[in-house]
Formats: sequence, C-alpha cells, structure tokens
Amino acid sequence: MSETTIAVIDQPAGRAGTPAGGGPELPVPGRAPLRRAGRLLGSGVRRIVAIAAFLALWQIAPTVGWVDRAFLSPLSEVLDTWWGLAVGGDLWTNIWASLHRSLTGFVIAISIAVPLGLLIAWYRAVAGVLSPLLAIFLNTAAVALLPVFTLILGIGDTSKIAIIAYACFWPVLYNTISGARDVDPLLIKSARSLGLPHIKLFVKVIVPAALPTIFTGIRLAGAGSMLVLITTEYVGAKAGLGYMIISAQFNFQIPEMYAGILTVSIIGVAFNYLLLFIESKVLRWRA
Amino acid sequence: MADHTEIRIRNITKTFPARNSGALTALENISLDITAGQFLALVGPSGCGKSTLLDLIAGLTSPTSGELTIGGRPVTGPGLDRGVVFQQYALFPWRTAQANIEFGLEVKGVPRRRRAERAREMLALVGLTAFADRYPHELSGGMRQRVAIARSLAYEPEVLLMDEPYAALDAQTREALQEDLLSIWRRTGTTVLFITHSIEEAVYLGQRVAVMTARPGRIKRIVDIELPDSGGGDPRSTPEFVRYRREIWELLHDEVRKAFETQGSGYVAGKAVTASV
Repeated sequence: MSETTIAVIDQPAGRAGTPAGGGPELPVPGRAPLRRAGRLLGSGVRRIVAIAAFLALWQIAPTVGWVDRAFLSPLSEVLDTWWGLAVGGDLWTNIWASLHRSLTGFVIAISIAVPLGLLIAWYRAVAGVLSPLLAIFLNTAAVALLPVFTLILGIGDTSKIAIIAYACFWPVLYNTISGARDVDPLLIKSARSLGLPHIKLFVKVIVPAALPTIFTGIRLAGAGSMLVLITTEYVGAKAGLGYMIISAQFNFQIPEMYAGILTVSIIGVAFNYLLLFIESKVLRWRA
Repeated sequence: MADHTEIRIRNITKTFPARNSGALTALENISLDITAGQFLALVGPSGCGKSTLLDLIAGLTSPTSGELTIGGRPVTGPGLDRGVVFQQYALFPWRTAQANIEFGLEVKGVPRRRRAERAREMLALVGLTAFADRYPHELSGGMRQRVAIARSLAYEPEVLLMDEPYAALDAQTREALQEDLLSIWRRTGTTVLFITHSIEEAVYLGQRVAVMTARPGRIKRIVDIELPDSGGGDPRSTPEFVRYRREIWELLHDEVRKAFETQGSGYVAGKAVTASV
C-alpha cells in the first residue's frame, strides 16, 4: 500500500515542479514561446497516453469478450450509469456524505497533529523518547483498529470521522516532528548568532524550515483518509461512496459498482492535486 | 586609525569533553587584540580551532577560561554588535534575497519601511539590486555569499566575523568577492576577523595575519602586512606579496605537518591531550 501511495504522490509532484521552475521571468529568445508550447503539448500527450490506453482497454476487453461482461462492465456503460446517477442526484448525496466524513477527520487530524508535533519537537528529549512509539502507531494499519472504534463510538458518523482523524494523525505528527528536528543546524546557528530568542527562532526558522516535511505528512494523510473512509463505509453505512460501491455489488448492479469506484478514483486524484497546488503556493521558494 | 581595541582576547582556553573520558583542548591560552576598524586574517592548519575561536567571539559558545571583550563589554552571548558569515552561506531558503537581508533588521526591531529601504541599500552595495526577489536556490554561489555578507552588514555590526566564507567558490568568483569585501570594508570601517586556509587570501585581505599552531591551537605569530601601492596592478604579483606569502607559508608548514601527524595517530594524540590538561 505504501508503495503505491508514494508512486501516486511522486508523479504529480514532478509535474507541479515544472511550471513553477519556469515561472520566474527568465530572458526568453524570440522563438522560444512556440517551442515551449510545443514541448508542453508533447508532455501533455505523453501524460495522457497511458491513461487513454487503459480506458480503451477497459472499453474493448468486455465488449470483445476477453473478460466476462458480468464482472467488468465496458467503460461506456459505466459512464452511462454514472451520468444517470449524477442526474438522479444519488451520486451527489453519496459524494457529500463521504467528503464530509473524510474532510472533517482530515482537518481535525491536521489541526491537532501539527501544533502537537511542533511542541514535541521543541522538547528534543521528549521527541527522542516518543519516536519509537510513534513509529509503531504510524506503521499499524489504522483500519485494524476499526473494531475498537466501533466498540466505543458505535457505527455512526462519529466513529467513522474519529478513525479517519486517527489514521491522518500519525503521518502528520511524525513528519512534523522529524521536520522540526532535522532543520539544518547551520541555519539555526546563523539565526542564533544574531541573538534571536528561543521562541522567535522557532517561529522564524524552525517552523518554515519544517514546512516541506509537514506537507509530505499532510499528503500521506490525504491518501490515507480516502483509504480508511472507503473501508469504514464498506462495513456499515447508509450513505457514502463506499456504501454505494458495496451495496451495488450486493445487488449485482455491476455498472453502478464501477461508477462508484471511478468516482472514488477521481476524487482521490483531485484531492492529491489540490494538496499539491496548496503546497506549491505555500512553498513557492522551493527549487 | 583609532587606537582603541575592539576585540580583546586574554588567555582564552577552550576544552571539549572527549570520547575517551578525557578532554580535548581546542584552544590554549590565546591572547589577541584587534583594534577598531582593523582587518585581521587568521590562518592555521585544519582542526586547529579557528572556527572554535570564531564561535567564542560570536558568543555561540563560552570559553573554559580566559577573558573576552568586544568594545570593552564582556561577551556573554550572541548579539547584533557582531555579524557572522559562514562558508555555506546559511541563507534562509524560504526568504528572497531582500527578505534574507531584512532578517537581522527584524530581530533588531527596525520598522518595516526602514527595513526594506536598508535592504535595498545593501543589495546595491553588493551589486545585486536586480536580484532582490530571487530565492537563494535561484542565485549562484557567489551571489548567495554576497547576500549573506549584505545580511550581516545590514544591521551595522561593529565586528564582522567570517568563517572561510569563500572556500566553496571558484577562483574567479573568489577574487571578485575579495575585492568587493575590501571596498566594502574601506567604506564601512567595520572591524573584520577573516578565517581562511588560503595564505594568498590572508595576505591579500589582511592588514595583519595571525598564524595559529596545530591543536591545541595557539597564536604562533602575527605578521603585519604592508603592501606598497601597486598602482592599479595586481598586488599579488609584487615582490612584497611574494615575500609575505613565503613567510607565512614557512610559519604554517611545520604546523600543518604536526597536525597531520597527530591526526594520523589518534590514540597517542588523545593521551597527550589528556596529559596536558
């Protein structure tokens, strides 16, 4: 799971870097804009080609009979169904239910984990003692604790939001602490040589220096929130994309099932790009 | 030149706890006076404690024994009366050149508008006006070091401490920055302590060159440099320059060999150091 997460994150990160690097007004020779447009078009085509091939295969394989239509509906049928659900309004109810849960959990986790992480990093000794424990929490699949959350908080939204917040919490906390601990000692020395008081050193040097690492944690949390969200909705829910997918499968409405999966995929990608966009705005200074 | 001592170092010793339960003497009984407005270059074999001495003057560490005053005041910690320039620039990557230069002024509590004004003056002084809005990663090594120097000069410290600031730069950039530094120094009258491992650089820049011994670091000799007016030519090619360079090379030569030998036999060196404490 972690491998795919990293792959998902890496690819758009490289992409987000390219336009940012071209941003500053570097002197451009006369014909360069044309060439640049050509290059952009070229890279656009390159980026789309694999996805297009995949979608084509999805359409062709069940139509031609390479796979059983009963198990894999052709893309056109899935899109038809998706459109019907969108017009009918069911889709939006489910999307809203899911987004509400995942975003609430995600935001709660970040707003606790970032300040707490900075506080822990502030006390170096505490951070050293806590790190091994944090590594255990970070590497224990959050959904393993789903029964615990259900036991204590029941099966409603509270327990779902709580476990999403729990899953998002650890990567953000861990990365915030390590980001704040691993600040280039020379930067700290340089700031200290100015007689900067401790608290200002923290605000003016350590926090900005830790931001890139904190954002890595936030993006991991974003991917994690989607994963846990769908899992919790499989287990017991009356609305949401996970519920939509699993109930379609129960009722053998295979196109509906794939329409749900497609929606999850689109939201996941969109969410990751949104986080990358925010990151590129906040960390404009990065190479 | 005013006759008052800016940096007064008296019998400074600095020891560090060592791994084998002994102590490592980095600096031993150092005494050194630098008068206000003077440019002193400090050379010594690697590991002789040059940077430790600079850290002490910067107030980043405190001496084990001895006295250290700046402008008559004992050094108790870092402060804005001193500016430090490091070899690796130490610019804040999230701040533009302009904002980096403003950093010290913010610490000093200079109002925003005055800060921006001052930063622009400093950018002009180091010839980087056009690069005010660039982030460090968009600047070359030489430009970064000029920003770092401008940042340290911006809040008008009495003393500029430079720790091998040009060691990471190529020869051409290094020479250009040496000239820049001399002209800035002449204009601002700041007292400069310049650490380098290049004898040539020390003779070219320093009014005086202090030579340190191998560890434990002591001041071996201070050479006053008086180069004749080269009439616009390169002072490095005058016979006086060559003579100074040779003199300092000879002073250093033994020390470099000693440093090499002690580093080559760590155990013996450790015992010797323990015995000397």
